[in-house]
Amino acid sequence: MRAPTSILPLRLAEVSFVVGGRAIIDRLSFRIEPGSRTIVLGPNGAGKSVLLRLCHGLLEPTSGRLEWADRERPGRRRQAMVFQRPVLLRRSALANVVYGLKLAGVPRAERVRAARAALDSVGLAALAGRSARVLSAGEQQRLALARAWAMRPEVMFLDEPTASLDPSARAEVERIIQAIHDAGTKVVMVTHNLGQARRLGDEIVLLHQGRLVERAPVDRFFTRPASAEAEAFLKGELPWT
Amino acid sequence: MDVTRRVLLMAAVAAGMLAPAPLAAQEKFIIVASTTSTEQSGLFRHLLPIFERKTGIQARVVALGTGQALDVGRRGDADVVLVHDPAAERTFVEEGHGVNHRPFMYNDFVIVGPRADPARIAGGRDVLAALRLVAAARAAFVSRGDRSGTHAAELRYWKAAGVDIAAQKGPWYRETGSGMGPALNIASSMGAYILADRGTWLSFKNRGDLAILVEGDPKLFNQYGIMLVNPDRHPHIKKDLGNAFIDWVVSPEGQQAISDYKIGGEQLFFPNYRGGG
Amino acid sequence: METGTGRERTVIDVIPRALHDALGLIVGLDASLLEIVALSLEVSLSAVAIATVLALPSGAAIAVMQFRGRRVIVVLLNALMGLPPVVVGLIVYLLLSRAGPLGSLGLLFTPAAMVIAQTILILPIIAALTRQTVEDAWREYQEQLHSLGARGFTAALTLVWDIRFSLITAVLAGLGRASAEVGAVMIVGGNIAGVTRVMTTAIALETSKGDLALALGLGLILLTLVLLLNAGAYALKEMAQHRYG
Repeated sequence: MRAPTSILPLRLAEVSFVVGGRAIIDRLSFRIEPGSRTIVLGPNGAGKSVLLRLCHGLLEPTSGRLEWADRERPGRRRQAMVFQRPVLLRRSALANVVYGLKLAGVPRAERVRAARAALDSVGLAALAGRSARVLSAGEQQRLALARAWAMRPEVMFLDEPTASLDPSARAEVERIIQAIHDAGTKVVMVTHNLGQARRLGDEIVLLHQGRLVERAPVDRFFTRPASAEAEAFLKGELPWT
Repeated sequence: MDVTRRVLLMAAVAAGMLAPAPLAAQEKFIIVASTTSTEQSGLFRHLLPIFERKTGIQARVVALGTGQALDVGRRGDADVVLVHDPAAERTFVEEGHGVNHRPFMYNDFVIVGPRADPARIAGGRDVLAALRLVAAARAAFVSRGDRSGTHAAELRYWKAAGVDIAAQKGPWYRETGSGMGPALNIASSMGAYILADRGTWLSFKNRGDLAILVEGDPKLFNQYGIMLVNPDRHPHIKKDLGNAFIDWVVSPEGQQAISDYKIGGEQLFFPNYRGGG
Repeated sequence: METGTGRERTVIDVIPRALHDALGLIVGLDASLLEIVALSLEVSLSAVAIATVLALPSGAAIAVMQFRGRRVIVVLLNALMGLPPVVVGLIVYLLLSRAGPLGSLGLLFTPAAMVIAQTILILPIIAALTRQTVEDAWREYQEQLHSLGARGFTAALTLVWDIRFSLITAVLAGLGRASAEVGAVMIVGGNIAGVTRVMTTAIALETSKGDLALALGLGLILLTLVLLLNAGAYALKEMAQHRYG
């Protein structure tokens, strides 16, 4: 058996996603490289969430190619996604994480141990036995992160993970995302919160009307944007689609 | 999982408790297709336990209209047929559907009607005269209209009375297409005349303003017959058990049991088995 | 089960008599009443159990799968919810009659025939309601389950188990229909005293005999039973909601 290779970089070549005649993603080409934390920005309707779903495999491109580096097992387990509002099962917090591990093929004896460790890393160890749906919004999002992270993915997609949370919960989630990055997982995140983008990002990818308009390291993007769209966006004047 | 496990446990216990008796099949039984009026008179509730005690055979009565009872016999869905329509029974046997036919008891019809008696038939002993008066007065009359033995008898009386009911019927003549009980219910609420068998009338509880107005005419006697569904046509028929029932019903003991059945001290059915068939 | 004569004309007269008759039967633990109630429960609960086992997976499958003619199936399923019991009874009778294709099974005029008829009657109800409930939930769950790596059958199974308490409503609707109907069980069962007589057919019989008070009394008992079953199911849902959220 070969030594496991990374699934990154992810290559998108002229990828389009057309619905009802409208190109939500329009001939997009770029690569997602390992290492840096990539933040995807853009006005409403720019196609950010759709892009994430295309990369994660929830949607199929209408045209173009989307290729991971390791095509042997394009298994979902090697990349995970956290949504703005998590969908949790009507079970305990622990059981929710165990469910994900079971789907990932982790042997039974390992599952509970790994699940407990994951809950511990997000600070939910004390609530392991609590029913997931009665947790607060912040706790539920942390649980979703634990569930995704427990599978030790190489890439973690996050779609506006803190948009529905209050400031203290948001801060905790940001800490966890940082920890995920520190542990070696590639972070690709969509956010509307520019402050958060500056705090958590290494590079910015700006989308507008389904196209990649600018890609730059975070400091340069915010201080010296190269494109007119980026300037307009930072001033809050980029029109919605 | 906790709640669910508890629920499943409760369901299993409940199922276990309910499982026994009713669904367990009785081995020795026969299906008897009979009429609703006979069933509703309560005769079977009196008769069948005696038979079962003596022979260990459970007679299961499916109560339908005469027409449907004979149909069930034709299909082979019953072992024994017990109805009160001699003409239809004769045809049934002639067509090869039934064997071992025995007339074995009779009850009688009565004409029941409102005490106000618009057609003035009360106290009469002639059914044909009474019906002529009802038709002439166009007084409200309820007919079962359901191919039953009672309905067939009613039509025979109209014909014998010289009344062409098909031509003469109007809003005064109501056909309900139902059993004796429901028809009586309707007659009671309408204050109408109706031909009923005495048995159903005696146990009918919703009389309202109705009372017996005409009775005792020999023409009103209603002959019952019992027969076995032809085992040559339907090999699965329980021939021996069915014949055991027929033999008992016509035996002195069975005939006595029929006489013994009374409602409010009144005998409903009169055994008249005279040997042969 | 003979009771008073009664010359009641109106509903108002009948009700006190009905309550009196009903209580008399219950308190006296009338043997034939118990037999009738037990058989009613056995037949309807058996039908519900069998129908649920068949209808739940079918309804869930239709909800999550995409296939040609799906819309036709959904409309058909919804329409079959309105199957008239007497029609089902007639069809099953023709099938089980000795003159029919399944006659050699000898099932006509037995409780088994009644279970078969009721199962056929309520299967579409449970399946259609399951489909609706699962379809609504699928919209909520699908993306997340897909993301976690659950596809097709695995995802559907997880979903159905997760919304199991909502599906109780579908099962209850089936139970309600089964315990209320008289047309099917009358035709295929024959209302044989002590063998295939259930609450609804007993009520029909007593009504046609003119013993309206007794019929109403039996009706009240039937209503009480159904009410208790529903209350129990509601309490279960509440308990689950509280525990699992």
